[in-house]
Amino acid sequence: MTDQSSTQPILAADGVPLKKSLSRALRRQKMRALLLISPLLIFVMLTFILPIGNMLFRSVQNDIVSNIMPNTVIALQDWMPDGDTLPDETVFEAAFYDLFVAAKAKEHTKLGTRLNYEQTGISSTFRKSGRGISKPGKALAKDMAGIDKSWSKAATFDALFNARSGGTRSGGADTTLLRAQRDRLNQLKGKDYKGDIGFAPSLEMAMALPMASREYTYWALFMALEKDKDFKKGKVSEAIYVALADDLTNPALADRIAGLTGPDAELIQKTAAAFRDRPRISYTDLMLGVNENWGNPMVWETIKLHSPAYTGGYFLNAVDMRKTLEGPAIQPENKQILIILFQRTLKMSLIITVSCILLGYPVAWLLANLPVRVSNLLMILVLLPFWTSLLVRTSAWKVMLQQQGVINEVLVWLGIVADNNRLEIINNQFGTIVAMTHILLPFMILPMYSVMQTIPPSYMRAAKSLGATNWTAFWRVYFPQSVPGIGAGSILVFILAIGYYITPEIVGGTEGVFISNRIAYHISSSLNWGLAAALGAILLAVVLVLYWAYDKIVGIDNVKLG
Amino acid sequence: MAILTPISRKPLQFVLPILAAVGAILGLLVGTSNGNSLGGLVIGALGFTGLSLAAIKLPIAEKAARWIIVFVFAIGGYMLANLALGLLGLMVGAFTGWFVYWLYEGRYRAKLLPYLTPSQVLWHYTFRMICGAIFFFLISPIIVVMPLSFNAQDFFTFTEKMLALDPEGYSLKHYADFLGIRYDSNGEWIRSFWNSLIIAPLATMISVSLGTLAAIGLSQSHVPAKRAIMAILISPMIVPLIISATGMFFFYAKMGNFLEGTVGLDKDFVGYIKVVLAHAVLGIPFVIITVTATLVGFDRSLTRAAASMGAGPVTTFFRIQMPLILPGVISGGLFAFITSFDEVVVVMFIGSASQKTLPWQMFLGLREQISPTILAVATILVALSIALLATLEILRRHSERLRGMTPT
Amino acid sequence: MKLIKTLLAVSALSVAAGSALAQEMTIVSWGGAYSKSQLKAYHEPYSAKTGVTIINDDSSAEAVAKLRAMNEAGNVTWDVVDVVAADALRLCDEGLAMEIDADSQLAPAPDGTSAADDFGDLMVSECFIPQIVYSTTFGYRTDMVGGKTPDNICDVFDLATYPGKRSLEKRPINNMEWALLCDGVAKGDVYDVLATDAGQNRALAKLDTIKDSVIWWNAGADTPQLLADGEVVMGSTYNGRLFSVIEEQKQPVAMLWDAQVFDLDGWIIPAGLSEERKKRALDYIYFATDTQRLADQAKYISYGPARASSAPLVGKHAELGIDMAPHMPTDPNNAKNTFLYNYSFWADYRDDIDAKWQAWLAK
Repeated sequence: MTDQSSTQPILAADGVPLKKSLSRALRRQKMRALLLISPLLIFVMLTFILPIGNMLFRSVQNDIVSNIMPNTVIALQDWMPDGDTLPDETVFEAAFYDLFVAAKAKEHTKLGTRLNYEQTGISSTFRKSGRGISKPGKALAKDMAGIDKSWSKAATFDALFNARSGGTRSGGADTTLLRAQRDRLNQLKGKDYKGDIGFAPSLEMAMALPMASREYTYWALFMALEKDKDFKKGKVSEAIYVALADDLTNPALADRIAGLTGPDAELIQKTAAAFRDRPRISYTDLMLGVNENWGNPMVWETIKLHSPAYTGGYFLNAVDMRKTLEGPAIQPENKQILIILFQRTLKMSLIITVSCILLGYPVAWLLANLPVRVSNLLMILVLLPFWTSLLVRTSAWKVMLQQQGVINEVLVWLGIVADNNRLEIINNQFGTIVAMTHILLPFMILPMYSVMQTIPPSYMRAAKSLGATNWTAFWRVYFPQSVPGIGAGSILVFILAIGYYITPEIVGGTEGVFISNRIAYHISSSLNWGLAAALGAILLAVVLVLYWAYDKIVGIDNVKLG
Repeated sequence: MAILTPISRKPLQFVLPILAAVGAILGLLVGTSNGNSLGGLVIGALGFTGLSLAAIKLPIAEKAARWIIVFVFAIGGYMLANLALGLLGLMVGAFTGWFVYWLYEGRYRAKLLPYLTPSQVLWHYTFRMICGAIFFFLISPIIVVMPLSFNAQDFFTFTEKMLALDPEGYSLKHYADFLGIRYDSNGEWIRSFWNSLIIAPLATMISVSLGTLAAIGLSQSHVPAKRAIMAILISPMIVPLIISATGMFFFYAKMGNFLEGTVGLDKDFVGYIKVVLAHAVLGIPFVIITVTATLVGFDRSLTRAAASMGAGPVTTFFRIQMPLILPGVISGGLFAFITSFDEVVVVMFIGSASQKTLPWQMFLGLREQISPTILAVATILVALSIALLATLEILRRHSERLRGMTPT
Repeated sequence: MKLIKTLLAVSALSVAAGSALAQEMTIVSWGGAYSKSQLKAYHEPYSAKTGVTIINDDSSAEAVAKLRAMNEAGNVTWDVVDVVAADALRLCDEGLAMEIDADSQLAPAPDGTSAADDFGDLMVSECFIPQIVYSTTFGYRTDMVGGKTPDNICDVFDLATYPGKRSLEKRPINNMEWALLCDGVAKGDVYDVLATDAGQNRALAKLDTIKDSVIWWNAGADTPQLLADGEVVMGSTYNGRLFSVIEEQKQPVAMLWDAQVFDLDGWIIPAGLSEERKKRALDYIYFATDTQRLADQAKYISYGPARASSAPLVGKHAELGIDMAPHMPTDPNNAKNTFLYNYSFWADYRDDIDAKWQAWLAK
């Protein structure tokens, strides 16, 4: 560029400044390129990247705790665990209702399973509590029905709490409470219920019997929206009786209850009178009666520790660490496994890649330097195993390598190996390396072959005629030109090796398993998808870092395949 | 290659030690298996050398001598053990006959350049032997699989009867099972085979067509965010399969709901669409990598030349660009096809029973009942692909001859 | 172009066929001989009776993960699923399986005993209807034990008397229990001991003594193959697989009936089915788990029926014509010393012990 060009624009043939014309052409070219790429890009983004991203996002997602036990999580915020004191009554109260509601919605065991990954035994605590949580309410319901039979009917409750039912209540409806309970249900079930169910809690009752109003409102919404049933018929949930008993034994509410007027006031006041001598409901006692494990501070600690909606806990677990109150800590030694597996996966993949290079290079060279009619026939030998199912080849290796297998039998027959001292060449790392090298070898040979085909044989001859020895001619002239093939093959083999799990599972025994085997286990057996996603994300990151490093060192453009 | 170097008979002091060494090794192997290593070694060396010497020096025609050697070894093998060993002896004998004359007549030199030093000749053949061993490594599982597929038992075991070549040890029942004509077979194998034959080509077509287009786009200069796009497109190869399978399930389940519920398509039809699309995604990285690599060396002035002669972009693509990048497209397609044809994790997640593919059926066969039917399938597939490849090669040679080219 | 036309034609046809799908249900099971026994004993008579077409999907091994994914995606395509009891528990906990009331939704025994009583203790979860009792037990090569007869579970740990390899399942369940039993823990105390760190270490230490001689299996078909090859002297697997090796394949293998672990396999109905499909699934379950049907299955595979009332009805093998009762894990002669899998223990400890187990394996 000269100075002139900046002062006086050069014009293209049509009179438009060249710069503009060029940039327009460039833009058009870019557009065309993007247009060609876009169908595939959209296809891959939509059907692969987004779903996988979603899956990997599970590695930090942890809203299950705060969705299923929202009030407990809030109440626990003020509790400082010290190892042996239990949380106070407010926590137990929140936990009782959270658990009750979750058990009715069949959500509590999900949380139990989730927390059991962190603290052994929580699963059964939740499962058993779910079964026992109705008992205290049942006893109270019986007591109340003894005082007045109408307590056993759902219609009584509707008449009491529904501001819409007969209009007997003064003070209108408590829409805040209604909204809050609707949110509670939506949060628990992960739904988005809207619409009117023909119920609104009476404001007057919400003042006099706050707990019972809350629980009844929730119950009505739950029955109408989730269960699609008429909440005015049959019985009401046991938690409402507990809440009612709590209100009736609450000294702070005694005046308001006494001040109630209207047709149903008498029923409430009569029951309140009968309950006056009872001690205030203790949720701590209720919960301990449901399951004694609630008396273990560790349980509460675990809930508190894992209550944030987003957690790094899975990633810590993925590197043999765990979340504790004092921050990240190393897992106990007898549970450390994943780092070993990561290292092993990388090490074995590397060994497999190197052995593929060592075995593939001579073959690719031979194929590229033989006359086409011979090399095409030999190519069949490379392609045949490639077209034979992975499962078949893996089984075949099992037949060959095991102690009573083909190789050992032949060696024993030939007397090279003693019958009682057969070689152990399967169910260990060696077996995995042999089988996987065999399976991945074509992925190395084919790209190498296609690169070597393009190297003119005259270069080597020229080098030799200039006085190079065989070795120098190969190492200084031929080999550098074949590097792109090695690069492409190595990337393919290494990446494919890192993700394999069926072959290591079958021939790997205990030493030959890869990290993908653990990922598969957590996806399909333990259902700990968070941990599986964390492991997968780390594996993905490792591959990307290696890819990036390869790009920096060798250059990804210097790769040829096919 | 024609004969490059005139050949001459080699002196006995060169030939005999080599023959003795080969004989010693063979003798050692046979001797140890019969409990006498040293004896085997000595007898082997002497016998082998003697036999070869006789073949060379006695006035017998080469052909006759070679037949005699084959006969001696075959009978020897049969006397030592059984029919199977007799067959082995037959092969060793054929090799020996060929080897003796190859060495003695100096035929090994014929096809090599005249100026090679002896050590280079030695290296040449050592290298060939190494490659031969690697080819053997590649092919050995198939060699094992083939006889086992005729096993009369339901296990992956070479039985005594099989080793003794007793016809009772062999049976075609696993082939009958595959074809669905055995009394207890349910046709699942054939059905899954058809499923694979439907799914894999469709998935390959999608990944090849979209992948080739995108690769052409990527190979243009000035593509914004080229590296990122490349990384996205090859990601299906990088993500561990089980994670891909689970993640994709959610997408395809929603898509399935839409297609079945809103559009009203048949459940099975939608099932095929799901599996085909999922497999297509898995095949894409291979197509992208191979085709972009071919395009790196593509001379862009060719398309410009075509354009300047009045060809439209479509004509240019199909008449100029496509034929030149075809090898890359084919090998990418091959990879994509194999990916789908051999894929078991994703299809087990995304597919339902009616989309059961061959690998899925094989996986079940391995897990639920070790059944050599999977070996029969493998053998059939190997036979089919040999036939296919051989046909292609014959056609290639035929067309070469038609075009009057010298065979290469 | 032709292809597109064909596809369009196919899809048009499919739309037309869409309405005829109502009488179809997908039943998920394990595949192989087991699915075949179900086909003969349940599916075929049910289809004949009701006209419902049954599609068999052999995905039980992936059922837990796949059901969870289906449930989250709101696209449950399975109607009835065959799973082992431990998986059923997990599915029930995760809210992925429907609760079933045994008394009102299952057939009573012929003598009028309610279904719940007929199944008895085997109803281990609200969502699970047991179908068969199987046991994980050992088989040994009769020609490789040196004339002795292993009859005690601890012979597995006795390398001096029975040298050679053993095959064990590559998971802690069962192996940990056996190790403790053979380390002198009383049968009743096994799970109490196993609940402690010290007990887990003790079990692993016992397993350490044979670790070098163990080949670990993943699939139920592995041990039969290893036994047939003579690769192992003895190995654990499901008793039905051993029956097939011994009686159908005539291999020199015998059973070791001692401390075999009783486990259950049965049906669940996925949560979230439409009312119509739920009704059909329940109807199928009602049919397939009645006394006669359960006894029929034993004609095709050597697993014991889960109902007490089915046991007397167990007959002969459909093809081999041998009496099946002596091959049932529930037969009194075989069940002299059995071990019952503790589901709730493993539901709690599975994650924890499995991590330790993996670390131990990798050591």
